[in-house]
Amino acid sequence: MVEASLSELATALKARRASSVELTRAALDRIARAKDALNAFITVDPDRSLAQARSADARIARGEGDALTGIPVAHKDIFCAEGWRTTCASKMLADFVAPYDAHVIGRFHAAGAVLIGKTNMDEFAMGSSSENSHYGPVRNPWHGEFVPGGSSGGSAAAVAARLVPCATGTDTGGSIRQPAALCGVSGIKPTYGLVSRYGMIAFASSLDQGGAFARQAEDLALMLNVMTGFDPRDATSLDRPKEDYARELERPLAGLRVGLPKEYFGEGMDADVRAAVEGAIAALRALGAKTVEISLPNSGLSVPAYYVLAPAEASANLARYDGVRYGYRAPEYADLADMYCKTRAQGFGAEVKRRILVGTYVLSHGYYDAYYLQAQRVRRLIARDFVAAFTHCDVIVGPTSPTVAFRIGEKVADPVKMYLSDIYTIAPNLAGLPAMSVPCGFGANGLPVGLHVVGGYFGEARMLNVAHQYQRATDWHRRAPAAFAG
Amino acid sequence: MDWEIVIGLETHAQLSTRSKMFSGAPTAFGAAPNTQASAVDIALPGTLPVANRGAVERAIRFGLAVGGTINRASVFARKNYFYPDLPKAYQISQYELPIVQGGAVTVLAKAGEKVIRLTRAHLEEDAGKLLHEDFRGMSGVDLNRAGIPLLEIVSEPDMRSAEEAVAYARTLHALVRWIDICDGNMQEGSFRCDANVSVRRPGAPLGTRCEIKNLNSFRFLERAIEHEARRQIEILEGGGKIVQETRLYDPDRDETRSMRTKEDAHDYRYFPDPDLLPLAVSEEWIAAIGSQMPELPEAKRARFREQHALPVQDTVTLTLTRGMAEYFDETVAGTAGFASPKEVANWLTGDLSAKLNETGKDASESRVGPSELAGLLARIHDGTISNKIAKEVFDAMWNGEGTADAVIAARGLKQISDAGALEGIVAEVLAANPKQVDDYRAGKEKAFNSLVGQVMKATQGKANPAQVNALLRKKLSG
Repeated sequence: MVEASLSELATALKARRASSVELTRAALDRIARAKDALNAFITVDPDRSLAQARSADARIARGEGDALTGIPVAHKDIFCAEGWRTTCASKMLADFVAPYDAHVIGRFHAAGAVLIGKTNMDEFAMGSSSENSHYGPVRNPWHGEFVPGGSSGGSAAAVAARLVPCATGTDTGGSIRQPAALCGVSGIKPTYGLVSRYGMIAFASSLDQGGAFARQAEDLALMLNVMTGFDPRDATSLDRPKEDYARELERPLAGLRVGLPKEYFGEGMDADVRAAVEGAIAALRALGAKTVEISLPNSGLSVPAYYVLAPAEASANLARYDGVRYGYRAPEYADLADMYCKTRAQGFGAEVKRRILVGTYVLSHGYYDAYYLQAQRVRRLIARDFVAAFTHCDVIVGPTSPTVAFRIGEKVADPVKMYLSDIYTIAPNLAGLPAMSVPCGFGANGLPVGLHVVGGYFGEARMLNVAHQYQRATDWHRRAPAAFAG
Repeated sequence: MDWEIVIGLETHAQLSTRSKMFSGAPTAFGAAPNTQASAVDIALPGTLPVANRGAVERAIRFGLAVGGTINRASVFARKNYFYPDLPKAYQISQYELPIVQGGAVTVLAKAGEKVIRLTRAHLEEDAGKLLHEDFRGMSGVDLNRAGIPLLEIVSEPDMRSAEEAVAYARTLHALVRWIDICDGNMQEGSFRCDANVSVRRPGAPLGTRCEIKNLNSFRFLERAIEHEARRQIEILEGGGKIVQETRLYDPDRDETRSMRTKEDAHDYRYFPDPDLLPLAVSEEWIAAIGSQMPELPEAKRARFREQHALPVQDTVTLTLTRGMAEYFDETVAGTAGFASPKEVANWLTGDLSAKLNETGKDASESRVGPSELAGLLARIHDGTISNKIAKEVFDAMWNGEGTADAVIAARGLKQISDAGALEGIVAEVLAANPKQVDDYRAGKEKAFNSLVGQVMKATQGKANPAQVNALLRKKLSG
């Protein structure tokens, strides 16, 4: 049961070979046992989860279940869930119990899935290592001294360690794909606007997008079928016809044009990562795909543009945490200004404060044009590069991260080095494109490598098709960390 | 040497939508604190704004009414600052690209008609309120008002006196109610002005301005501007310099005092709100809104002048509210062929306005409607009642005694036009007043009026005055 994928568990539930209560108890048990080793969860609430499991079983017994009915799903602690503590890994929201469900949570509830717990992450999704958490760092299931990536590190680690078959995450600059790569699981960030941001605590509104982790691509298709869809409460939600993301899974890859950006295969990538990625490209060719060299000439500007735009938006998005209405308030202060200063100084961690300061600076009078407006121009250029590239190819492939997982503490003192961990993943967020990462091998210290697959707008079904065909031909995604194998 | 006062106004009109600018919470005034604040209004984590279509429509209506440009794409921006009444710590407003640009209104000031140009009108959300009483040294926060939709209307510095500024504010106030986008209730803060005031020598470049905040009555607006202009002139004449600052008017002391100077002004760090896409307004939408626009006050005034030959003052009074103007149009239509528009105008500016003012009602809520008034005028013109009796009938109609015909019947007010009956009464009056008869015959015209009065008195005013005159002249000359 531990090794079973989401799709397999769904089949077992439907055939009544397993019950949701059994799966839920097993997941809760594994989460509890892995607590010290991984620190992947911030909050679990067994009573609530089991109550959901019982009603899922009743639903299945009535013959009414959907694919996700009865499946334990872990949610990044950035999604508000009614009655659940929702912290965003911050001291600021340590005692915040959400009074409403995020759209994503509501969709999973409606599908009959079981909310198994809220996963640990970088505070307010700011980070690439899941070390920036008020609740302590998350550890990589492949090696406890290494980071799982971030910011959705708890979700990635939980899926990699077989605590849960699937989990949600959010991706602003790589926060699903990079931890998926570093933990050896599959993760997808859909086209901006497909997953409602309502109830998903904002980091950088124009870049944030909800997505999913699972063992394999076909499971991600089931997750997207639940998560996506128009929501009138999010003005950036796209009103499009519902689609079945699994519809193209079995399509052969013959004739597929795979774009290889020359800028991604130059310097900067570690040799172990390069070897794994090149192996994956060879596998795609063997499946009938053609590779074409493409160019994304402005890709080198994506990190600097991102680190202007994301902090700018964050500086305003996080201003509401002021100690007035909810959340943390400093115990002692002299006056109103002092309350704001002390509350925010004490309630936020170092990386969050760094980004608020950067964001405030780039929006300030006299700097706005040089930073914010310039970064917006760069953003448009990057989006244009992709549109041009997709006239030559169907998907773009490369490394998800330039390195395998790094040691806990290794990059904490050097934020720029940390930021470069997302050098390949940021551009699709700036362009609003869908992108995913699938396991494609192992590198130094036996740590996993991820293959980055970027699709055109609304190209999720084709990307999942590519990933699924690749996963039928390979078994990287079936490898489990020894300490957590079934 | 003279000083010239230069004034521009920023007016906040609360839009009359049922729900807020970016949330579904209700906008009703006076509810218990924080009972009309949704998760979005109190800025819970993860909540998002969605623009209210009704508010956008009202802004477009305003743009069309003032002849401004409706931007096909306008942008909501975040204005960042911390204050406990501002839950997100930013206000969603419009900055670089407002929904309405340009336009103008014509105001009637003492010196005549004057065109005041508008810079822009933009959509934004209101903040909440701090309550300083009842909290023993602490402050309460009421977020019912947070998120209420506002249209901020910014004028060019085209006004040259407090009186002109008030005339402009009154015109704007009438206009927003006329086009039904704001209830105009100034006590509740639905319509409030900030005034930018500077002084200069005529012909000199603009002086340094001060902004006076939150003027919520026309009287305060006038007094605050006059006071501020005097203050600036005194400083300049004393050799001083004006410091650009924001000042608050204190109506109790009739003075303005400094709130903050330019040096400690906020850097609001405006940037486009990434939660809201640019506000797109289609040609079709504008056309649909345009086709439902009522005839505007200026057009009505021109028509009343040209079509009905009314004097300017009448056209102004008749267009103070849309209800009054429509009442006039309907009554004129209902009395076509017998009463003149001027006669209708006299009734509206006289008796009807008096009653409306007494009861604080608009013409649209009048207890005597246009068709009832037309019925009354018909009875004057067919000789059933005199003008004088008509006033009594009108009062009775206002008090709910029914139509003109019902009042006339119930009170027995029908004129005596039966020649036989009237002749008897005239004979009696002449017999009873030999002195006046003699005086008249001796050439004293005054005596005639006295005899007419006696006849009217004897008939309790119900005699047809023209008929009485004719009968008396006949008898006296005979």
